[in-house]
Amino acid sequence: MSLPRTLITGAAGIALLATTLTLSGCTGAKVGAGASGAPSAKSCVDTSGDSIKIGFINSLSGTMAISEKPVQQALYLAEKQINAAGGVLGKTLSVVTSDGASDPNTFAQKADKLLTQDCVAAVFGGWTSASRKAMLPVFERDNGLLFYPVQYEGMESSKNIFYIGATTNQQIVPAMDYLAQQGKKKVFLVGSDYVFPRTANKIIDAYAKAKGIDIVGEEYAPLGSVDFTTIVSKLKASGADAVFNTLNGDSNVAFFKEYTNAGFTAKTVPVLSVSIAEQEVKGIGVQNIEGQLTAWNYYQTIGSPANDAFVSAFQKEYGQDAVVDDPMEDAYSSLFLWKAMVEKAKSFDVKAIQENSDGVSYDAPEGTMTVSGKNHHVTKTARIGVIEPSGLIDTVWQSPSAITPDPYLTGPDYPWAAGLATGASAAPSN
Amino acid sequence: MSTAERTAVTATRTRGLRRILRPRARLWLGTLAAALILFVVAPAALSGYQFGLLAQFLCYAMVAVGIGLAWGQGGMLTLGQGLFFGIGGYAMAMHLQLDDAGPGGVPAFMSLYGSGTVPAWWEPFRDPWITIGTIILLPAALAALLGYAIFARRVRGAYFAILSQALVAAFAILLIGQQASTGGSTGLSNFRGFFGYSLADPLNQRLLFFLAAGTLIGMVLLVRLLMRSRYGELLVATRDQEMRVRFLGYNPALVKTVAFVVSSVFAAVGGALFVPIAGIISPSDVAVVPSIMFVAGVAIGGRATLLGPVLGSLALSWVGAQLQDNYPSVWSYFQGALFVLVLGFLPQGFATLGGVLRRRKGDSR
Repeated sequence: MSLPRTLITGAAGIALLATTLTLSGCTGAKVGAGASGAPSAKSCVDTSGDSIKIGFINSLSGTMAISEKPVQQALYLAEKQINAAGGVLGKTLSVVTSDGASDPNTFAQKADKLLTQDCVAAVFGGWTSASRKAMLPVFERDNGLLFYPVQYEGMESSKNIFYIGATTNQQIVPAMDYLAQQGKKKVFLVGSDYVFPRTANKIIDAYAKAKGIDIVGEEYAPLGSVDFTTIVSKLKASGADAVFNTLNGDSNVAFFKEYTNAGFTAKTVPVLSVSIAEQEVKGIGVQNIEGQLTAWNYYQTIGSPANDAFVSAFQKEYGQDAVVDDPMEDAYSSLFLWKAMVEKAKSFDVKAIQENSDGVSYDAPEGTMTVSGKNHHVTKTARIGVIEPSGLIDTVWQSPSAITPDPYLTGPDYPWAAGLATGASAAPSN
Repeated sequence: MSTAERTAVTATRTRGLRRILRPRARLWLGTLAAALILFVVAPAALSGYQFGLLAQFLCYAMVAVGIGLAWGQGGMLTLGQGLFFGIGGYAMAMHLQLDDAGPGGVPAFMSLYGSGTVPAWWEPFRDPWITIGTIILLPAALAALLGYAIFARRVRGAYFAILSQALVAAFAILLIGQQASTGGSTGLSNFRGFFGYSLADPLNQRLLFFLAAGTLIGMVLLVRLLMRSRYGELLVATRDQEMRVRFLGYNPALVKTVAFVVSSVFAAVGGALFVPIAGIISPSDVAVVPSIMFVAGVAIGGRATLLGPVLGSLALSWVGAQLQDNYPSVWSYFQGALFVLVLGFLPQGFATLGGVLRRRKGDSR
């Protein structure tokens, strides 16, 4: 066959396709054309039967599985307890699980599947900010509800997401308050290179400037990096009297080993970590981080009837050695918060829940959580802890009362944060 | 009748069909069948979620078609197509971000994590035509430059594979490091419109699917055209006996570079279409692992055939998505086992199954 002939055939084929394409091209709405702004998805949730479907989306494979599997265990515990007590509005919960596979795009895909194919009434899960930011447009488009159980970097609020973990003014800011109160004047920042440490450090910079604290160094290591010789020698040269640590995962092992080798101790230059909870302590090894500080809203050691019941129920279910931590407690509580919202709204409908969410509260193991209808975050008590030889964390300081969430730091308590939130997307409409 | 016999009979029947139909008629029938499946059957048979998923997989399949040309026909095992997929994807994502921000606007993530101003190298992407030009020309230029430099030095085989993989690893690290201008490990997401059309509208999502399907069919036809041309013969000859081709007076480096450029442009177009369909592009979509997954689909399907890469890539993605939910921890083992089995027993992929069986039968006779 000669070349021109094939060329003609090929071109004709493509032309045919192009025509098909144009003919099938009955195009949809343009951007900003009235109706396109409203959620186009009609809910397919089936509320007629004796049971109601909910979705759990956690990474069961990949690098995040080690953190997210325990979160799913906590969710299942809550589901079991709610069903044992008669369900929600008389309906038994039936769970559909999805694996986010530690990959943002997979999280987005699976969220879409849960909402449009499995037709769940609400979704619980997500961990990394990347996974949340990937799912956000899906929940807004399909008009679903996501309950996100992890502390994060703030500067966000969607009417389709309830943020059950701490925002910055419930974790980062109180942690800085604590360091200032301890008389620390020279703080060194070290973090993994992703959105949470970058944003947290931007906030810390603004805070330090206003409060007369010197930031003597700000260093980032790629996620998963295990080489900290350069960073620790910079720390040594900086003359810092405290370290604010936003490193993630295995990087902590390498960092703390290098830190100890350089002659630092928790007494001389304490490290305050915001991504190390009881689960991570196990992985890093207590001997490496004993005596160091952490900032969270919940520790397993909190003495309250609600927490005693939670811990003993969890250990009864998953073994006497099972450890619980902040994100797990948030995940567990998120299911009860959703239940309370549904019962207040007397409906599983997304809009009804959004409208009735304000003021809904739940006596969580960490203390009472109350939902803000304005920004879809909850009130939380900030707690600074010290890592004990047992691997558990004891509270050394806590905020006098539960802190009202302020994801954009625009409240009167944070004048130094003015300008940080410019360009942030609009707050929820209700 | 045993399964083997039945397969053999089917094989004879296809052979018969092949004899009856002239190549040109087969081309028309094949194209028509593919168009029918993608434009009529798929929208009718699939749920909204599956339809969106298939649209993403069509974009991966575009990368696979290119790998089929470069690796299957040209012998260049490229483990770094994520680089070109990423260039196309990020170029498109930057345009969509700027388009959403409006004239002179700043994408939201930049004010939150960056300086609040648009970097100079982003500015050209406000223009849709520059964006489309970049998606095609930048990967082409990069592949031509890299390809010629590498092939002229007669770097081949495993060394080329390692080099391409290193490039994509470096690219991912670069993206993650530039939080303020690329979104870092979070990537770019939350797009509202695509050249003025709202992405929230299911009708527009359907149109994007058709666009991807049409592009994919076009790419397969183009590769068929190349395979049957004199150039295609030269490419296969270079793959099998580079020295002889050189002695015949051709420049093998140039021959290989052309195939590499075409495959890179295919990958970039796949990436560009992936962005509005998936609604996100992040380093984990372009890094080492996806680059290997692109190649895995091609290997399983049959790299040296026309349809093997497309079908292998689509099948692997589809089965993966189905199995991942039910057996999250088992899926990666299954994938590995499948890869080993196919390459161990069917080194040329599933597309050659019929031929292998026929030969077996012939041997035993």
